[in-house]
Parts: sequence; C-alpha cells; structure tokens
Amino acid sequence: MEPFRVLTGRTVVLPLEDVDTDQIIPARFLKGTTRSGLGQGLFADRRYAADGTPRPDFPLNRPDAAGAPVLVTGRNFGCGSSREHAVWALMDQGFRAVIGPSFADIFRGNALKNGLLPIAVPAELHARLAASEGASVTVDLQGQEVALPDGTRVPFSVDPFARHCLLEGIDELEFLLGQEKAIAEYESRTNQGRP
Amino acid sequence: MNEARPRTLFQKVWDGHVVRPATADTPAVLYIDLHLIHEVTSPQAFAALRERGLRVRRPDRTVATMDHSTPTTPLAAGARAVILDPQAAAQVRALEENCAAFGIPLYPLGHERQGIVHVISPELGLTRPGMTIVCGDSHTSTHGAFGALAFGIGTSEVGYVLATQCLLAWPPRTLAITVRGRLSRGVTAKDLVLAVIGRIGVGGATGHVIEYRGEAVRALSMEERMTVCNMSIEAGGRAGMVAPDETTFEYLAGRPFAPKGAEWDAAVAQWRTLVTDEGATFDQEVVLDAADIEPMITWGTNPGASMPIRGRVPEPGEDASIARALAYMDLAPGQQLLGRRVDVAFIGSCTNGRLSDLRAAASVFAGRHVAEGVRALVVPGSQQVKKQAEAEGLDRVFREAGAEWREPGCSMCIAMNGDRLEPGRYAVSTSNRNFEGRQGPGGRTLLASPLTAAAAAVTGRVTDARELMR
Repeated sequence: MEPFRVLTGRTVVLPLEDVDTDQIIPARFLKGTTRSGLGQGLFADRRYAADGTPRPDFPLNRPDAAGAPVLVTGRNFGCGSSREHAVWALMDQGFRAVIGPSFADIFRGNALKNGLLPIAVPAELHARLAASEGASVTVDLQGQEVALPDGTRVPFSVDPFARHCLLEGIDELEFLLGQEKAIAEYESRTNQGRP
Repeated sequence: MNEARPRTLFQKVWDGHVVRPATADTPAVLYIDLHLIHEVTSPQAFAALRERGLRVRRPDRTVATMDHSTPTTPLAAGARAVILDPQAAAQVRALEENCAAFGIPLYPLGHERQGIVHVISPELGLTRPGMTIVCGDSHTSTHGAFGALAFGIGTSEVGYVLATQCLLAWPPRTLAITVRGRLSRGVTAKDLVLAVIGRIGVGGATGHVIEYRGEAVRALSMEERMTVCNMSIEAGGRAGMVAPDETTFEYLAGRPFAPKGAEWDAAVAQWRTLVTDEGATFDQEVVLDAADIEPMITWGTNPGASMPIRGRVPEPGEDASIARALAYMDLAPGQQLLGRRVDVAFIGSCTNGRLSDLRAAASVFAGRHVAEGVRALVVPGSQQVKKQAEAEGLDRVFREAGAEWREPGCSMCIAMNGDRLEPGRYAVSTSNRNFEGRQGPGGRTLLASPLTAAAAAVTGRVTDARELMR
C-alpha cells in the first residue's frame, strides 16, 4: 500500500447527512470479482439521469470537481451496508480523504484499510469547509492537522494503529500474521472444537 | 483482570475471545469462532490471499452460501436454477472455485440447506451463544439474538479472517435498550425494532454494541429476536445481543451442528453464565415501554424515518433531509400513509424471511386475494424455510391469494438478482433498508412487518393489519 503522509488538494462538497453506502455505490455494481473500475458506479443514481447523462447540478459533475482528492460531506457518512466497494469506488474516482462530522463504523474501518482517510471534524470547521467548495486544503496525517487556505490549522484525531499503518504503507494483515504464535496458543488454550 | 467485577454479556463474550489485549497503540486481537461468507463480498478477499500466497487458516470455521446475487425465480420441482446475468454467474462460480480450492464447506444453489446466510447459520445450529461471528455483510448482527457477538465486516477483513481467524478491534462502547412490559396484539418484533431506531436515530448506536433487555425482549421467540438484532446496524450499532435463555436452548436443541449428549449439557451450563451481571454498567441506556409501540411503517429514506401506521408524515420545517426524503418518496408533509395505494408487497429477507414471518403473512392472505394491480412476492429465507412452509401448506395460501412463491435468496431487499422495484413505485417491504434506490433505482420503500406487508398486498393500500385480524 502507498504510504499516506501529507495530502494537498481541492475539496468537493456533498452537503448531505446519513449518506448510505447504497447511495455511494448501488448494489447492481457489486457483481464484479475485482476491486477495480468501481468509480463508474460512484453515486450512480444521483450523478446520472436514468438515460445515463450526467446531472450538471450534482457536485461530482462540476468541471472543477475532476481530480479533487477531498470529499466534504455530512454526518454519519457511509451508514448501512458493509460493502467495501463504497471505498474502492471513492478511491477510483480519486478521493484520498473524506471530511465530515462523523462516520459509520464499518465504513470508517474499510476506508482506513484502503488508504482513504476519514477525518471527523467539529461542526464549526465542517461548516467552513462546506461553505468553501473547491478550497485547497492540506491534510497532514503525521501532524494530525487539517490546514485551510487562510492558514488555520485544525487538529483531528485518528485511530493510532491505523495511522501507523497508513504512514508506513503497511496493512493490518501483516500485523495479524505476526500474531501466529499467540493465535495458536489461544486455540490450544481454549480447545476450540468444531465450528 | 478482576473476574469478580460485574460484567455485561458483551464484555464476557469479548473477554473470552481476546488473543492479545489492546494497548495504547494497538487494537485487541480478537479470535473469530465462525466466519460466514457469500458470493458478493468474498472474491476480492480470496484474490488477496492468492496474491500473498496465504492459505485459509481454519476452513472448518468458515461456511459459505450463495444468496445476494442469485435469482429467486420459481422453479419446477427438481429443476436447477439458471443464472442469466453473466456477472452474477461469474461471481457464483468464483465462490464455488474458491471454496473447492481452500476446502471451505459450501451450501450452493440447489442444496437443501442453501439460503440467506443469516437464516441458514442459525438453522444449522452453527450460530450459538457466546461465539464471535463475522460475515462480509452488515446484517451479521442477526446472530446476536443467540448471545453471540456478531458483526459485519468489509472485504479486507474477510481476507484477514480467512488468513488468521482473527481481527483487530478496539473495545466498543455498550448500549442497553430495555423494553418494559409486553407488546400488544398485532405489534411485532419488526415494529419494536423500527420504534427503537426511530427513537435513537440511524446513527444513535454508532460505536456501540447493543444489548436488548427487558420483559418484552425475553418474551420474543428466537426468530423474533433475530429480527430485532438484525436491524441493530440500522441504528449504527456494530452488533446487537440478547442474553441466551430457555428459548435459545430450546431452539438450538437437536440442530445439526448443536452439541449432543454430555457436550450439550456442558454447553448449556456454560451458556447460562452469558448474562449481564447485577451491577454491571453500560455506557448508555435507553428504556421503552412495549405498550407504547404500535405497528410501524417508514415514510422516508432511512430506517429511522418511522412512525406508527396511523401517524402522519412530519413537516420538514428547517430540516433539508426530511424535505429531500419527502420529495424522493413523493409524499406531502402532514399526510397519513394509511390508505395510500401501493404497487408491491415484498415479504422476505434476513429480517423477516423465516417461518414465523411467513405464517404471520399467511394468516392475512388466507381467504383473501392480492389486490388488482399489486405484485406480491413471498420469498422464503432458506430452502429449509421453504420446505417447512410447504409442509404446512403456506405456499398454497400464498399462491391461491395470487402472491408469487419464490426460491430463497435476498431478492428485492437488495435488487441485484433480477428482483427489483420499478422507478416511482411504492413497495411495502419486510426488508431492512428504505434507502434511495435500495430496492431498485427510483423505487420507494415503506418498511413494515410481515402482517402490514400482507395487509397492503390484499387491500392494495397501506393498511393497519389489526383491522384484518380475526
């Protein structure tokens, strides 16, 4: 995995609360067997009309949204289904960070495992970001700060282990594989029978 | 650790599965007893295993079935399902190949034990009290009905569990939801959980494991407890649990994978300890009175947007999300849903696709007919549910009423298998999500109980099923 240290780029604002993973990627796009190409299903039912033409008013369809790596959105983003495809679709589109007041648990975990940084920020900062679409922000994972164009720096908290993995570009599986001895000991200690 | 300190049910199950405790910098390593897999969220996990040259550590603790993308088209007796969608067919084939290559037991299409993953595992007696259970599906919370710690995971974690039988997790917070008293006649477990989500909101349990408690919960059957725990995720909860009791043991006794003889006795003795100790504390507590709960229905585009069946759709006021939901649903503020025309009734899913759900629906369909212009789908949760329902003659009740009696699967709950709600249409649905487009792009979902869905099917309108009950 690519290490995640500092990210600078423009924001796209999706000013909606409780955005569920069915909206992020509808289930009919989940029939593949790989992680790639899911960007075409990203927000498909909001982004495109029934005939497939892009809806010009949807934030991701605005000309300056192309290539913007930071999505600013409302509270409880990613609720609902556990589909990791939601994260893969956001990343395929080019997003590397999502900033909002709060995130659903499974989405947050999925995002961190793929190098998409979910950043929970206080209401005041969220309101400022939501009001300045296209602003260039800098996310510093090492320093755990978001820097705004006016120079304001706002701290954020992040799961310390996920942060370590992201900074080093390693995944959790490496750590778990390193626990083999403890796992084998646990199994023999608890004498787990058949499932 | 001081064992004398009072602990919650969750804490006991968690403590029993810690391979390595959390430190300030690293989450706990948690052992997983049972890993359920299906065709949609597993192929990329197996690919990751192959890329790294890893084996499946415990194929004997892994069980697979096919449910999400599989068709539920009725079949002639003995006929084999044909998957017309080439992508879905490839996904199903990938699961067959992966299970064969890694030695994982599979209940494929056509097997007498195939069905929705959260329906078959309890039926088989694979789901048992005190276990840790995961699946690449958010409704894994269903299994908490047995006093298991069961939660949905993403595909990366599916790979981790395949490779190590463990996950990394920080200890979650706990939320007690106590439901006092008894549910009234015509008020079901589905109504109870919709009332809970309406009360605490779709993010109300984020970061928490819920324990459902109180007289009303104790009075529920196992199938009803599964309905309640199933929708824990719709309040944002990672898991929902009910302490095991006689109802649980009675359900499990004699199941194919349940312990037998002396092992059974020992297991039951251990399961009896899986209760929240007197004096144990929760991070949050919510109390509801069962007598206040009415049959519920949702009016909006998330499961928290619920109201009593005779209630009125809210006024949005300043709330843009309510206005947005009403626009999507094409509903006016302040209107009643009661009497509104519907196009589809869907009875099935991991929430309400079990035998007792079908019996409840059949009690409404019996001697009545599906209203003109309405499509009614009845989709059993598993082959076993289908078989039992047919043995009781429920299939005949549905067919004679003009409803479709289909093959088991997720069906119109997820609309990735050919069963789909058409744009602009209204479905009264026993499933778990009314998100925009969940049952098909542009489709409008009203979540409710099997009684309410069946009542809508036969009247063609949103109906208080209590009016039809004899």
